[in-house]
Amino acid sequence: MGKTLYEKIWDKHVVHNNDDQPALLYIDLHLIHEVTSPQAFSGLREANRPVRRPELTLATMDHSIPTASRSYPFRDPTAQLQVETLEKNCRDFGVQLYNLESDMQGIVHVIAPELGLTLPGQTMVCGDSHTSTHGAFGALAFGIGTSEVEHVLATQCLKQYPSKTLSIMINGRLPEAVTSKDLILSIIGKYGNDFAAGHVIEYRGEAIEALSMEERMTICNMSIEFGARAGLIAPDDVTFDYVKNKPFAPKGEKWDQALSEWKSLYSDEDANFNISIEFDATKVAPQVTWGTNPGFVGGIDESVPNPDSLSKENKKEAEDALVYMGLEPGTKMEEIAVDTVFIGSCTNSRIEDLREAAKIVKGYKVFPEIRALVVPGSQQVKKQAEQEGLDKIFLEAGFEWRNSGCSMCLGMNEDIVMPGERCASTSNRNFEGRQGRNARTHLVSPSMAAAAAIKGHFYDVRNWDFKKEVIQ
Amino acid sequence: MKPFIAHEGIVVPLDRPNVDTDAILPKQFLKRVEKKGYGKYLFFDWRYHDNQEENPEFILNKHVYKKASILLTRKNFGSGSSREHAPWALKDFGFRVIIAPSFADIFYNNCFKNGILPIVISETLVSDLFENVNRVEGYTLRVDLDSQTIEGKHGFHTRFEVDSFRKEMLLNGRDEISMTLQEEELIEKFEGKHNVYFQFDVPENKN
Ligand code: SF4
Repeated sequence: MGKTLYEKIWDKHVVHNNDDQPALLYIDLHLIHEVTSPQAFSGLREANRPVRRPELTLATMDHSIPTASRSYPFRDPTAQLQVETLEKNCRDFGVQLYNLESDMQGIVHVIAPELGLTLPGQTMVCGDSHTSTHGAFGALAFGIGTSEVEHVLATQCLKQYPSKTLSIMINGRLPEAVTSKDLILSIIGKYGNDFAAGHVIEYRGEAIEALSMEERMTICNMSIEFGARAGLIAPDDVTFDYVKNKPFAPKGEKWDQALSEWKSLYSDEDANFNISIEFDATKVAPQVTWGTNPGFVGGIDESVPNPDSLSKENKKEAEDALVYMGLEPGTKMEEIAVDTVFIGSCTNSRIEDLREAAKIVKGYKVFPEIRALVVPGSQQVKKQAEQEGLDKIFLEAGFEWRNSGCSMCLGMNEDIVMPGERCASTSNRNFEGRQGRNARTHLVSPSMAAAAAIKGHFYDVRNWDFKKEVIQ
Repeated sequence: MKPFIAHEGIVVPLDRPNVDTDAILPKQFLKRVEKKGYGKYLFFDWRYHDNQEENPEFILNKHVYKKASILLTRKNFGSGSSREHAPWALKDFGFRVIIAPSFADIFYNNCFKNGILPIVISETLVSDLFENVNRVEGYTLRVDLDSQTIEGKHGFHTRFEVDSFRKEMLLNGRDEISMTLQEEELIEKFEGKHNVYFQFDVPENKN
């Protein structure tokens, strides 16, 4: 019997199999940030324990930091305390930190791939559910709680039960102007937001192979919104080309050795998945969520559904969601007007995402009264975008251009959506209150968010009238 | 950690599916660097109006539930963010048991680390319990971890599943890190043969 990609990575990292206990799994890379780590370091101090492998640990600050001005003091002293606590913990325990002065700083799931720290076949964890992002490289990456952060700091291992496996075969290619964000949203929409609970997903098929690394990361990122523990995509030449020559990627002989190892990272033909489903990529339209979980989503050419038309299970929740969202059944998606537009987050703030959005924006102005911001995922992305002149396109159109961080994805800093306001957001969660109390979030792709900023309401980007020559 | 052996308490019905960790503990309370004191912020946006006054409609604000310690809810409880602040807040408020037809993975795991027992029972049994709770004010249940049973008035009785390792950890209030550190030799042996393709240069560990 062959093995799945998941099983191959798992087997390579089992330190020890105990009969009456979960397996002890070795962790190759541990990412930490200011919000979910302070209590873990306190735990180490209380027990007088060191960080076992600080050289396999990387810290950055992203969740609660301001993205407008980075100078101290912050307007929010509690956020500043959190950042200072991380500085101190990293100093005391010898952990590498990319702080606000570092040009390597950024959202933890954006910087690890761009630095070449995310590598195929690794096990990676972070006290953050969107650690699933790194699965795009064929790394087994998942989010953990703070107790487990402490466990990994102290032991470089975790006690884990193996997950079940779910294969999603995605056939055909995505149509023009439809993105991987639309693909993952429509999959979640079709099966429901908890369909993949307890599973590690492997995304496969023609549509996936045709995607860039940035697009693959968007898909794996949102595995958690599908209920999954992690998402995986088998590494291929697209992956290897992306990783090669990144700052921390192996070089020379080490590279050759790594590459030959990585080439065996795929699910064998006769491997067995617990569940296998197929999905047709050719029919996917640009997506807009209308409810308060990511499974409440539809195409831009559709209307807000009538809860009566949904399954009994979803009806009540959908009714509540429409009340919260201030939407009437039957409203055309294109008629929904927005107040705020947020382009950012670990789902969609990489250079490709900003390029896609800038293509739409170029030559246009933001619709009057709309607040629109672009928050690059990392300082590296920001720099690259500025080299390409994307910042000017956004600024000239009336967008705010920020430093990197999580920002309005969860509104831990000043960037919150006001009560009752409607936001077109490229992030991953449309939960009640996620972007601010009584804020109404619609999840969309970067190009759809950009189009909404220009038009003042959602608009089908497949019909976009590009003003000027397309930017490369 | 305090052991969990059995627990009897008032059941509060939170009749919603997909309650996410953002709802359990909103982000503005994630900036603290301690583990304690989150109970007053539990379900903040639902418990309080914009003017910070209690919302009398919200179930936890009903007088009989002020001392509730068992939370009954619907599927996919604890979805979304991995924040352990969510179980910290539930614990701090006084919850020891959560009963639902399913939980999100990370949250489920986080509960055990904090002495909260998350119990999965079928949709039908959950619905039966909702009925009982809605019929009898202050309905209580007794949960016994050792025998893996739940018992309550109106003939409610069921067994539940929990894996033996987590059960043992809760029953004995054991510290998982110490257990793993006992396997240090195995970890060292593993590290000796395991390939990692990068590592940071780090200063001498001062701790
Ligand atoms: S960008 Fe949003 S989802 Fe991603 S790590 Fe930050 S807060 Fe979490």
